[in-house]
Amino acid sequence: MSGWQLFLDSFWPIVWGGVSGTIPLALASFAIGLVLALGTALMRLSKNRVVSGIARFYISVIRGTPLLVQLFVIFYGLPSVGLVIDPWPSAIIAFSLNVGGYGAEVIRAAILSVPKGQWEAGYTIGMSHATTLRRVILPQAARVSVPPLSNTFISLVKDTSLASLILVTELFRVSQEIAAFSQEFMLLYLEAALIYWLFCLVLSSGQGVLEKRLDRYVAH
Amino acid sequence: MSPTDPLAPAAAPDDSVLLAARGIRKSFGDNEVLRSIDLEVRRGEVVVLIGPSGSGKTTVLRSLNGLETPDAGTIDFAGGPVVDFAAPVPKAQRFALRDRSAMVFQQHNLFPHMTVIENVIEGPVRVQRVPKAQAVAEASALLDRVGLAEKRDAYPFELSGGQQQRVGIVRALALKPQLLLFDEPTSALDPELVGEVLQVIKELADEGWTMVVVTHELSFARQAADEVLFMDGGVVVERGEPGTIFTKPTHERTRRFLDRILRPLD
Repeated sequence: MSGWQLFLDSFWPIVWGGVSGTIPLALASFAIGLVLALGTALMRLSKNRVVSGIARFYISVIRGTPLLVQLFVIFYGLPSVGLVIDPWPSAIIAFSLNVGGYGAEVIRAAILSVPKGQWEAGYTIGMSHATTLRRVILPQAARVSVPPLSNTFISLVKDTSLASLILVTELFRVSQEIAAFSQEFMLLYLEAALIYWLFCLVLSSGQGVLEKRLDRYVAH
Repeated sequence: MSPTDPLAPAAAPDDSVLLAARGIRKSFGDNEVLRSIDLEVRRGEVVVLIGPSGSGKTTVLRSLNGLETPDAGTIDFAGGPVVDFAAPVPKAQRFALRDRSAMVFQQHNLFPHMTVIENVIEGPVRVQRVPKAQAVAEASALLDRVGLAEKRDAYPFELSGGQQQRVGIVRALALKPQLLLFDEPTSALDPELVGEVLQVIKELADEGWTMVVVTHELSFARQAADEVLFMDGGVVVERGEPGTIFTKPTHERTRRFLDRILRPLD
């Protein structure tokens, strides 16, 4: 079989690995991770020292340890204390916790970037702290955090390739399997790289659309 | 002016005391910014605070609606509990202060992600639970009255500074507060835009709104104020009718301040 033919024959199976594995894994982890990130950011901003301390500790652990190690602790480590989790949920837990830690700092900075006068304007029209946060502060913080959070998401899409090491069938694992079978390592891994890149190009253009939409109320 | 003018306050002024603040003190660290301030505002009255930067004018204003928490003193807002700052103030009491007043800021502080009309109805709809259609109708009437009818769907960044500040005033009016607080409403504006904003505030004063205004615009104070308070170093140095304060101030500090503002080159 020629190299070109192998490339064509393996293209759709690898893309399918991305569509059925990489993308849902990234989307689910990002969605859960964002909720964790918002909660952690608000805890980190709390005046209560214990509450902000817990958030600080979580962020520190996530940022201070390799993602691969976190993944292995959850999938290969926890069974030895009697907690067995399947590959997919393990991957989603690990990636969500990771996004939660990194995203928290992004969201915290975005909230702090909204001028204090916006909080005061909310208070003086009678809003509570929580309502002001929801109606006034977070919509403005969202705009600021789109570029860095897009970065986090694109990193996440690529990091999901680590899930191949805990037996999740996704883009990279499909290409690994074909490579092992055909012994065409260079071809298959470059093909995998190309397909990741194509995915990320689509995501980047999505980021552009989102930024444009959120920028409609800002002077240019 | 007709009683149905949207700029008119909900209740006609009757000259009774609306707000009495007594012995208000506030320090930021070692810096004592207010040393026992007394202030009484009657319904329909326009009280203007003047004085040099750092004299504590803005802090007084912000104490009246709970944006600052004084270290001591009491605020007695008619119809509400007497708020005593000697002890920690319960949240409900702070909200009671806020709900009775509305504030216009130096930097308008409009919500940039909302259109003009959305800015104005946010408080009535979200906080006061006014039906949206009614809030929109009332907001439109107010915007029309201050000459901003065509700007209702614009975002704040699309407006001039004077227009932004007029929207800020309308946002405050839409809450139908008993007291309007103005914190240097024209200080951030280009000189040619000051007039249009002062004009609106003057009209509100004529309509009978009760207001406390911090400003450097002495001509406004002279024309609109019922009482002028001159503050310096955290105390009220002198208070009285504008005619008296501006023409024959009794304190040396007042005289020097007025001289500096009225004749800066001498």
